[in-house]
Amino acid sequence: MKNEVVGFWKNFIKYQFLLRELVKKGIVLKYRRSYLGLFWTLLEPLCTMIVLTIVFGGFFGQGDRLYPVYILSGRLLYTFFNTATKGCMRSMRKNAGMMKKVYVPKYMYPLSSVLFQYVIFLISLSVLVLIGGILGVRPSIYLMQILIPLFLLLVLAFGTGMILATLAVFFRDLEYLWGIALMLIMYTSAIFYQPEKVINTGNGWVFKINPLYACIDMFRSAIFGEPLDLSMLKLAVISCVLTVGVGIYLFYKKEDQFILYL
Amino acid sequence: MEEHIALEVKDVGMKFRLSTEKVDSLKDYVIGRLKKQIQFQEFWALKDISFQLEKGDRLGILGLNGAGKSTLLKVIAGVLKPTEGTVHTRGKIAPLLELGAGFDKQYTGTENIYLYGAVLGYSKKFVQERFDEIVDFSGLRSFIDIPVKNYSSGMRSRLGFAIATQVDPDILILDEVLAVGDKDFHEKSEQKILEMMDRGATVLFVSHSMEQVERICNKAILLENGRIVASGSVSEVQRVYQTRK
Repeated sequence: MKNEVVGFWKNFIKYQFLLRELVKKGIVLKYRRSYLGLFWTLLEPLCTMIVLTIVFGGFFGQGDRLYPVYILSGRLLYTFFNTATKGCMRSMRKNAGMMKKVYVPKYMYPLSSVLFQYVIFLISLSVLVLIGGILGVRPSIYLMQILIPLFLLLVLAFGTGMILATLAVFFRDLEYLWGIALMLIMYTSAIFYQPEKVINTGNGWVFKINPLYACIDMFRSAIFGEPLDLSMLKLAVISCVLTVGVGIYLFYKKEDQFILYL
Repeated sequence: MEEHIALEVKDVGMKFRLSTEKVDSLKDYVIGRLKKQIQFQEFWALKDISFQLEKGDRLGILGLNGAGKSTLLKVIAGVLKPTEGTVHTRGKIAPLLELGAGFDKQYTGTENIYLYGAVLGYSKKFVQERFDEIVDFSGLRSFIDIPVKNYSSGMRSRLGFAIATQVDPDILILDEVLAVGDKDFHEKSEQKILEMMDRGATVLFVSHSMEQVERICNKAILLENGRIVASGSVSEVQRVYQTRK
């Protein structure tokens, strides 16, 4: 066991240049042929925020002055989780050609696609800083806590991604199923409505089982200067440990068979 | 494994499952399970393969198409994990299989040198140091900043070859790659491979050209339906090979 861990670590060090190259490749190729380049990363959430603010803030008469910040924070986190898990899931098939021809530690593919999306996500957070500044969000000491949901979100996406990546090798149609599941996750993550509305109807339990909501909630607490909700922290940590544990275990058990099915 | 042994292949078997109906979606799987219809045909691409190579040995692997030659090389290179048995290698392996398999077509030549270098497990520093040598050897200096998708297949394999041969390998795995590029490059690449061999690399060489095997190898094995049917000196194996054809 100890030898395996040491061997794993040595191999990881050996291939960390590859990891960096794969992350870089994702970023470079995503924006290579677009005129606005990386600027899209900022423009897209900004536009979505404006639309959602008009629809839910204007038409449905929701929210206050900081409503755009509320929406944007939820939306950014959800978008990361969405693209990262989907990217992981597809990474196996996308790199099947390479996998069949050269030896590379296979977890590099899902790991690099999560990290690539994470970099994009971190860049897109600058929109939030901008909008928060304009609308007068006062940073408090609680802002430091933002690192916790940011980290847990990454782990959660990686764990979920590893599970999906493994399963998607064997079941192609998982992509559609996961798309539907993501929709469900989006609507139960209180991105553009206040959770109280759902809690008041007696359906508050959906927030107690949705780890993505837990991350979003902690993230917002940090921005709006409130202490973290410890029950949310507990939910997020347990989910992270669980998904990463299951994800790595599944992947490790099945990785030698991937080539035979891709 | 003893010090002078470079490669040890022991009782290696590689089983593929060919499903009679391809099941690759959840829907098919569930329906198949319900009807109990998923049947797999088992197929041993390799079976009971055992041999040892000492340092500096040069093994020719002969066999008709589908005999398991490429599968064997992939198992040794670590791309495939054998269903049974073990493979032990000593030292650095340079698999010159499917050159340029790690290329991204949208990427330029320069970017691909770094990417493919990383795929082969090189460090960034190493690639930086060898960058000019790679470019010069490939002879693609004036095309190095255009996307690889605009390269001809010959240019692609030249670049792949130049990158893959930067290491000084202990074990060199060759799958008919002596025939890379045009005549000039062909000579250059063969020269390079011979240099590597002269430095004492252990070689595994798959080829259909008896003449090349004779020229390069000192040992040979003959594969048929995934099994070794003859092994020993090149001339012995060659004799068996002629009768089997």
